[in-house]
Amino acid sequence: MSDGDASPAVERRFGPYGGQFVPETLMPALAELEQAWAQARADEGFARELSGLLRDFGGRPTPLYCARRLSERTGRTVYLKREDLNHTGSHKLNNALGQALLARRMGKRRIIAETGAGQHGVATATVCALLGIECVVYMGVADMHRQRPNVQRMELLGATVRPVEVGSTTLKEATSEAIRDWVSNVESTHYVIGSVVGPAPYPALVRDLQRVIGDEARAQMLEREGRLPTRVVACVGGGSNAIGTFAAFIADEQVELVGVEAGGEGIDTSRHGAPLTVGGRPGILHGSRSAVMQDEEGQILQAHSISAGLDYPGAGPEHAFLRDSGRARYEAVTDDQALAAFGQLARLEGIIPALETAHALAWVLAQPDGELDLVCLSGRGDKDLATVLGEA
Amino acid sequence: MSGEQRLGEAFAASGKHAALMPYVMAGFPTPADSLAIGRACVQAGADVLELGVPYSDPLADGPVIHAAGTRALAAGASMASVLEVGRALAPSVPVVLMCYANMVFAPGAEEFLERLARSGACGLIVPDLPLEEAGALRRACDARGLALVPLVAPTTPPERLAAIGAGARGFLYTVSVVGTTGERATLQESLAAVIARAKAATDVPVAVGFGISTPQQARAAADAGADGVIVGTRLVRAAGEQPDAVAELVGELATALA
Repeated sequence: MSDGDASPAVERRFGPYGGQFVPETLMPALAELEQAWAQARADEGFARELSGLLRDFGGRPTPLYCARRLSERTGRTVYLKREDLNHTGSHKLNNALGQALLARRMGKRRIIAETGAGQHGVATATVCALLGIECVVYMGVADMHRQRPNVQRMELLGATVRPVEVGSTTLKEATSEAIRDWVSNVESTHYVIGSVVGPAPYPALVRDLQRVIGDEARAQMLEREGRLPTRVVACVGGGSNAIGTFAAFIADEQVELVGVEAGGEGIDTSRHGAPLTVGGRPGILHGSRSAVMQDEEGQILQAHSISAGLDYPGAGPEHAFLRDSGRARYEAVTDDQALAAFGQLARLEGIIPALETAHALAWVLAQPDGELDLVCLSGRGDKDLATVLGEA
Repeated sequence: MSGEQRLGEAFAASGKHAALMPYVMAGFPTPADSLAIGRACVQAGADVLELGVPYSDPLADGPVIHAAGTRALAAGASMASVLEVGRALAPSVPVVLMCYANMVFAPGAEEFLERLARSGACGLIVPDLPLEEAGALRRACDARGLALVPLVAPTTPPERLAAIGAGARGFLYTVSVVGTTGERATLQESLAAVIARAKAATDVPVAVGFGISTPQQARAAADAGADGVIVGTRLVRAAGEQPDAVAELVGELATALA
């Protein structure tokens, strides 16, 4: 095991964004987590165990698939990074598995998580079953209703799903309740946050665990096409699949990076989840400073998206930094456009994408130009059938 | 006299075993009610008043204060109406505003503090602004004579406690439990140790809060060495159920601390 002092620092800030805006009770736990991650990520034994489980339990590497009929439709070559083929059906397993191993290494007996679409909750419940750790997942009642199959999966996996009935009863409130649980049980519990949000070191920790998506995809693309993609596209709620994909390409300045947010009923209305696209004054939500939907006085606004995983008024601080620096750009796609893309991909390619992912696909389908697109197909859409078919 | 000095005098002149510091949520259940509740607290023996700002996402608060904030916002509470309540109370009691960080920074910290100072408040507590994020705001508060009151928790390690205690203004808000705000049946056995640790780390008074609701608990905290006792959730619950009962509860707390 390597010496923690020799490890590169885990970033706490991304330009003016990030930081640690949490109750004092949590500060020692964040320091402990930062130190544990600095040591673990430099530890070959940890890396070996994580990559072994990602391979044998998770099914990595996921394929890079050249979507032929989608390419014909758009008039350019479109590759899909198939995170939907991960065990549990989304990229969320990459992060949950890494954090659960870290929690075990830190001696934590209990794991909590928040979930919106249920994908992160299912991934966390799954790895807790794998490692024999107690698991509690906070989920808004509106999301429990629209993502019923994932609630059933979590319960089958032995997790306790705690309904959150305050506020919008969606991802924002579920995250707040998970943080309150952590404040009360910080000594025994690790909080497995599901995206690149929250106080430092979470945005860097989750990015490090998700960058396997981009690292694999970059190597696969070079092998298949002999060159890098001209454009990399991913959906952004909190933004973990996007950061994980972008991370491998940030140094490749010729590669365009595009994050697609939830436009909801339109970004000219108040019913959306697109704080990066809309811009405006930064704010503080769930422990970090970033792009946030808020009113003049700083009250956090409720987001809206047909997709539970993008129904969030904030976004990861590194995304805000990438936007400001011009390295990545962010655009929004409406509920209706995402629904149309959901159906199109199903019929064109025989792949039912998650509604979250359908936002990235809708953006790609709407582009008149482009050469070689890489899209992160972050998750599968079985969970969304009730929403799409109008039953939820 | 600066806000910080006025706070210091309030602790020194309480005439009790510990200063009584009720928490009142501004705008709950209505702005007029919260002002009446604040006045009743002063009459019943409050030495310092903590005035809570309703917020959409109060991470340090338990369900009672969270629900009260949600209700106050639904009833139209705004920063202007909160500061009006504070302004009306400030002549009769030192007021310390409890406000989450995003609301402090939303208008810009300078603008926020200017309005706070104009309302006659003595200080500010930001429950989600730890030491690492607080430097610039503390300097801006100092420049206006406003006390930026930091929090310490039972989980705060010794070196960190010393650093927070050294930068404390007005008083050191000592969280008595590992958790959010709310009533507890019993106080932690380690309370005396938590208070002793805090007192050793700072020159300002040590006020204990989170989880203190009964006169017996308040007296126990005073006997354990606390210079001030903060009671919040119990009073907010009463304000929602039967506003008249708040004064009675504060009177009982004052008697227990006498």
